[in-house]
Amino acid sequence: MGASAQRADVREGDNQLVVKGVSKRFGGVTAVQDVSLEVPRGSIVSIIGPNGAGKTSLLNMISGFYKPDTGQVILEGQDITQKKPSDVAALGIARTFQNIALFSGLTVLDNLMLGRHVLMKSGVLSSVIYWGMAQKEDIAHREAVEEIIEFLKLQDLRKQPTSALAYGLRKRVELGRALASEPKVLLLDEPMGGMNQDEKEDMARYVLDVNQERGVTVVLIEHDMGVVMDISDRVVVLDRGRGIAVGTPEEVQRNPKVVEAYLGKSKGGGGA
Amino acid sequence: MSEDLEFAFSLLLNGASIGLMYALIALGFVLVYKATDAINFAQGEFVMLAGLIVAMLLSFVGMPLIVAVVVTLAVMVGFGFGLERVVLRPLLGRPVVAVIMATIGLAAILRGVGPVVFGSETRALTLPIGDEPIVLGPASLPPIQVVGAVVAITLFLAFSWFFKKSRMGVAMRAVADNQQVAQAMGINVERYFALAWAMAGVVSALGGIVWGSMLGVDVHLALVGLKVFPVVILGGLDSIGGALVGGLIIGIVESLAAGYLDPYVGGGTKDFAPYVLMILVLMIRPYGIFGKRKIERV
Repeated sequence: MGASAQRADVREGDNQLVVKGVSKRFGGVTAVQDVSLEVPRGSIVSIIGPNGAGKTSLLNMISGFYKPDTGQVILEGQDITQKKPSDVAALGIARTFQNIALFSGLTVLDNLMLGRHVLMKSGVLSSVIYWGMAQKEDIAHREAVEEIIEFLKLQDLRKQPTSALAYGLRKRVELGRALASEPKVLLLDEPMGGMNQDEKEDMARYVLDVNQERGVTVVLIEHDMGVVMDISDRVVVLDRGRGIAVGTPEEVQRNPKVVEAYLGKSKGGGGA
Repeated sequence: MSEDLEFAFSLLLNGASIGLMYALIALGFVLVYKATDAINFAQGEFVMLAGLIVAMLLSFVGMPLIVAVVVTLAVMVGFGFGLERVVLRPLLGRPVVAVIMATIGLAAILRGVGPVVFGSETRALTLPIGDEPIVLGPASLPPIQVVGAVVAITLFLAFSWFFKKSRMGVAMRAVADNQQVAQAMGINVERYFALAWAMAGVVSALGGIVWGSMLGVDVHLALVGLKVFPVVILGGLDSIGGALVGGLIIGIVESLAAGYLDPYVGGGTKDFAPYVLMILVLMIRPYGIFGKRKIERV
């Protein structure tokens, strides 16, 4: 898989998601300080940095789990900074979690169907009243999920409880569940963490397919530099809560600040 | 069949039907715990409230039974929704003990306000089922216990279906499993919390009608709530099937204690036998027979 930095469908200047100078403090600890991020429509933007750099905190602010102390998160021109996580999801931002967060008592199919919850119009009361409508809607949802099952090659696992699946498969189901919501922007928090080389390559392939074939904008946190440099259009580097570099994979790799953050100069920062 | 066996069968059958009626009450508790992690110490008072309402509607207002039942169901659903909104939602994210204390307070308020509003005398809640015992083989049951058992089984089947097959039921399980992730799926967690309390209202309404019909309706009706604890400890706080099995076991243990032990000690073992069992279970299997064994990673 070659670098996709020059792909034509990534339109610079057309930023689908913009994070403007967000900061987040927890008690006396500053997790994220004045970080900005521009995510062009159709791109893959990776966030890298040593452990504790604030990557997941940044993702949590985008998806509404944390409210930033300052700054804004803007999706397609709309300020979503103060929205609840469930509303952010409904607006088209799906995410996966660093530690696999499938509903463990539920089957693969149920997990994927829950991914479509945001698309299901019937609310609590109306779904009782319009029973038939919900049934019809269910068939359409089921077909969409079936397509994802095929895409991710999960055919044999539909009825399996997710707790019974191998680690790599669970990560894949979680990706599928996020995809099921037909997101505009997909936030992936270490989708390859803990995987072996084969599994990583599969997952990287899926992420690329999601981006290129399905046209989903991807924001990725990943520690595997090989993967990040391979598939990203743009890389943002965080260190101790601050953005220290941004650019194409090539630019970032040459940036002395990045090298310092990773290798540590005097203070001995954490490794990747 | 020998007389001994007939006696045993009769005790079992009686215990099982009462046990199903306990399970009915416990179901309200489990629904709330499963979805919201809240321990509802006012479950018995919910039942009492529903009993008081239906008895009032029947005797004072003179509504036909079916209308009174429907109105009571509606009132209890509204009560569940309102309670979640007004009392419990502000407590979201607070320590569990805050919710527990709130429900204990609520229980006291309901026990106090109930008689003030509805009067303190015991009211009969008569269902049109007669009082001719229903004969089942060598034993017989009062009709109300048969009605109670049927209501309980019907509700259990309905809720099993709901949680397995319906979209809302699956979403509710997702909320119970992991609230954060459920939110990331676009699930409005608070709405499902409210729904869980409303469902507890429905269950309590039906529980209030059958238990009220059996015991008569006054403030003491709330005491059936105490039986919830051995039932759910035995079955598992978050297991609907567990509530059913736990109820059956507690009902049968009670009935056997009354039949075989009471004659020797002069009575009373029935009342504490379930709690002896509860303490034993807590020592051996603290998450219950069907409860989820929560593994805390440190």
